[in-house]
Amino acid sequence: MQKTIAGTTVEVNEESYLTDMNQWTTAIADAIAAEESVGPLTEAHHKVLNYLRDLQKQSATITIRGVGKSGVVTTKELYDLFPGGPLKKASKIAGIPKPVGCI
Amino acid sequence: MNSKHLLILGGGTAGTMIAHHMRRRLAAADWKITVIDRDENHYYQPGFLLYPFGHYRRDQIVKQKRDFMPRGVDFQIAEVEKISPDTHSVSLKGGASVPYDLLVIATGCRTAPEETEGMLGGEWRKSIFDFYTFDGAAALREKLATWEGGNLVVHVTEMPVKCPVAPLEFAFLAESFFRERGMRDRVQITYVTPLTGAFTKPKAAKKLGHLLGDKGIAVETDFAVEKIDPETRKLICYDGREVPFDLLVTTPTNMGAEVIRDSGLGDDLDFVPTHKHTLQSLKYPDIFILGDATNVPTSKAGSVAHFESEALTENLLRHIAGQPLVEDFDGHSNCFIESGDGKALLIDFNYDIEPHEGGFPFAFGPMRLLEESRLNHLGKLAFRHVYWQILMKGRPLLGISRIKKAPANA
Repeated sequence: MQKTIAGTTVEVNEESYLTDMNQWTTAIADAIAAEESVGPLTEAHHKVLNYLRDLQKQSATITIRGVGKSGVVTTKELYDLFPGGPLKKASKIAGIPKPVGCI
Repeated sequence: MNSKHLLILGGGTAGTMIAHHMRRRLAAADWKITVIDRDENHYYQPGFLLYPFGHYRRDQIVKQKRDFMPRGVDFQIAEVEKISPDTHSVSLKGGASVPYDLLVIATGCRTAPEETEGMLGGEWRKSIFDFYTFDGAAALREKLATWEGGNLVVHVTEMPVKCPVAPLEFAFLAESFFRERGMRDRVQITYVTPLTGAFTKPKAAKKLGHLLGDKGIAVETDFAVEKIDPETRKLICYDGREVPFDLLVTTPTNMGAEVIRDSGLGDDLDFVPTHKHTLQSLKYPDIFILGDATNVPTSKAGSVAHFESEALTENLLRHIAGQPLVEDFDGHSNCFIESGDGKALLIDFNYDIEPHEGGFPFAFGPMRLLEESRLNHLGKLAFRHVYWQILMKGRPLLGISRIKKAPANA
């Protein structure tokens, strides 16, 4: 399905996660962050978003542990930056799929 | 002697299946096949889920690996200390070196409770348990037989974990176990997950989301455990949330075998970077990876190892013949999900197709996907025999396609 975010029409899934990470822009990130009560986005947020997008490009599995051990940000900082659910919010704002289990 | 050597590390579910497939397909005069494992015991791991609730005798779920090895395969008990791709050899504890022409890594995954502060503290196997090892399941069985109630917390430390639905099944089974014992009113059950919910995929969430509420199971989501306080018996999240427990059934961090790290072959969880469609190592062409040891983004489960072993057989033969590999492993996985009260669900999915509704052809008769039924539960019970008598003896499982079929309504 389609959704207009920050004036751009993008493809999203049922939960409003972008389905094509190439349609992502920083303006879209700002708009999703506002919807998710995160931000305003700072350089610290963007470091995490860029790291997640790099992982996604490599098809790597994204976990809180992995991000916390990456040297990009500690797990505590991750929760401070994206309160209430760092992985689900950070991945949504980064324009990549939500980390899921098998069901 | 000009014969070549296929070496398989690990003689569990995955290693046993590929040993059967390859022994059948490779002429004994051309290829010697060796399987090395450090443990004599072959565990029927799905049994670990039901064992804590008093099901099964030990001998129904623990057998000897060598009894399932095909004729013409050399099975050795040894600890592998290092894999050396550059010299095409592995070194064993004690100093022996084993050369290979082709290597299959099927060393599985292990639980690593030491990764979480406080998990192995004074409460391990007193009020903190796991059921991912036989010893853990046995200790929990003893505990549940006499536990008088309180806060039961069923917990997943982090993904990925082997058999990812098992913790949720444990919560469902515990709920009906306590009800049958007439003590449900004395037990609060909470399911704690690092994910966004017990169900994270839309079709399953829509269809099954009601189960937790119906059963009175509370859910704590987005919970990344920082540490466990064994003194006050609390799980503590990085964001400060605390979940108190009287009995914690946790799923510790899952990691690959130590030899993967010691050989420098793994990612940060010691899983081996693997091509997700060919199962070849991303770095070493003569190394292939099978089962839980891979980092491919599908479930760590026996069904996956089964489908992978068929794809891998084809690719090992192609690799030997110098032909291009086929990229057709699709992440296919299926499993029974115990939902309590003698019922179960059945799910079927792959990398791209999420679990969906529909029919499922199976040796026991038609079953319905993504729906609770007694037949599915009976299927799960019968599967133990299928596992030991068919799968681990390298016999084909008729009617189940390696490639996932798209649902009719997709």
